[in-house]
Amino acid sequence: MSSQALISVNNLTRYYGDNCAVNDISFELAAGDILGFLGPNGAGKSTTMQMLSGNLAPSRGEILINGIDLLDRPGAAKSALGYLPEVPPLYREMNVDEYLRYCAKLRRISKAGIGDAMELAKLRCGLTAVGKRLIGNLSKGFQQRVGIAQAILHSPQIIILDEPTVGLDPIQIREIRELITELGESHGIILSTHILPEVESVCNRVQIINAGKLVYASDMKDLLEQHATGRFEISLGNPPGVDELRATDLIDSVEQLDANSFIVHITSTADRLAAVAVNNNWELRKLVAHEHSLEHIFVNLTLGDEEIV
Amino acid sequence: MIAGIAFRELRSMFLSPLAWSVLAVTQLIIAWSFFSQIDFFFTLQPQLATMPSAPGVTDLVVMPTFEIASIILLMVTPLLTMRLLSEEKRNGTIALLLSSPISMTEIVLGKFIGIVMFMLIFIAMISLMPLSLMVGTELDMGKFAAGIFALALLLSAFASAGLYMSSLTENPVVAAISTFGLLLLLWIISNNAGESSGALTQLSLLGHFSPMLRGLIDTADIAYFTLFIATFLILTIRQMDSQRLQG
Repeated sequence: MSSQALISVNNLTRYYGDNCAVNDISFELAAGDILGFLGPNGAGKSTTMQMLSGNLAPSRGEILINGIDLLDRPGAAKSALGYLPEVPPLYREMNVDEYLRYCAKLRRISKAGIGDAMELAKLRCGLTAVGKRLIGNLSKGFQQRVGIAQAILHSPQIIILDEPTVGLDPIQIREIRELITELGESHGIILSTHILPEVESVCNRVQIINAGKLVYASDMKDLLEQHATGRFEISLGNPPGVDELRATDLIDSVEQLDANSFIVHITSTADRLAAVAVNNNWELRKLVAHEHSLEHIFVNLTLGDEEIV
Repeated sequence: MIAGIAFRELRSMFLSPLAWSVLAVTQLIIAWSFFSQIDFFFTLQPQLATMPSAPGVTDLVVMPTFEIASIILLMVTPLLTMRLLSEEKRNGTIALLLSSPISMTEIVLGKFIGIVMFMLIFIAMISLMPLSLMVGTELDMGKFAAGIFALALLLSAFASAGLYMSSLTENPVVAAISTFGLLLLLWIISNNAGESSGALTQLSLLGHFSPMLRGLIDTADIAYFTLFIATFLILTIRQMDSQRLQG
């Protein structure tokens, strides 16, 4: 366990009655990480997030926040946390300023610091213009932003966001993603979602949870490298035979789709494949990554299980 | 921190029409009964004048008004307390409280003090009616103060029971009905026993409230209400903590 880990989770387990929602998961979050927490619906994402934020007590295991045990000293541990639950915890009858001021008090921000903290959070979340509006009258996108503002208000070291872009329009989604990227520079962020491109565009680490178990964990960088040496669909105007393709050093395996198209698995990068195709005069017409590698991994890991069930 | 939660609770009550309508309706009914008590007092006045130590206006007007206020609040308190915790759970706003660096005790106390502040506003408003009598007559201020004190204790006890019921369910209506049932049961429980010394009478809210309304402040009664409130607050804290475990 490294000393700089913001969150370290050890053997976390949670039962709902006999149903095991989260089964013995362990991971760490370091400063500057944006960790994408992926999983199909009901995999245990939200349960894990709720436990990390102190909303649910774990059945077993420990959660260290900044090295402080969340169960032993919840007050000290929680002051380093900002949490946006699946449903933003908003009081509809309050206006944005009142709400944020209340949140600031709950987070024990000093009286002198409340004004600055509110201004900064509103600026970051694009809420400056709606400070006096009732939360209940705001659109879903703005409500979501108020939810995020609440989570970052006290500049916590750790921000936990449970499906932050759900129900937003594409432009709002982009804005929120930009905000998350910006926040990621100075905070550790855990982001749960089931939208794969979101993870690809925002996160630098990814974890997949399925049926309560952590089934995959990787740096985004490693994943992209795998991606670069992954499966490609190629279309050739002057295709060689399958055997000839397979005989090429670069190519591991070949699957023929039709007369001109193949799916190849290569050991190097796509540009090498293109060079080989040009050198051999195969008339390369199309070269696309056959599947998003993350999606490939996700489907393999989560669907395989469902079929067994 | 407790104050922050308490004031937000109070504010949110006044931001919704609920508090205003409760205050308006109860005020109207209590004013009407106050008025008829005065009327009654006038019809009795000739007879009272001939009696050696006749009951005064405080006994005949003020205390019955407080008694009616207590019965009305028995019915209205469940409506005020039903949403305290159940709505936070239903709307998910409880997550904000639980992820903040505050303890469950602070949350529960904050909620309780918020509703008690509302009760005190209510008591202040209905106290104005008897005070208006001071224009024409004298009040027994000792008895008057005892009545206000009794009402404050009783309404705090109502509020603590309502808060606990609200922690049990996500459905405000269920919380309201169970609070009403519990309070009514504790109110009438002495009537069954008949004798005023029975164990059941010791449990009764009315049994400890009415002596104070007659101006008799007894430590036993104060202890009863303090224990009553403390018990329900502790039960609420425990209930909320165990919900975190059971989810």
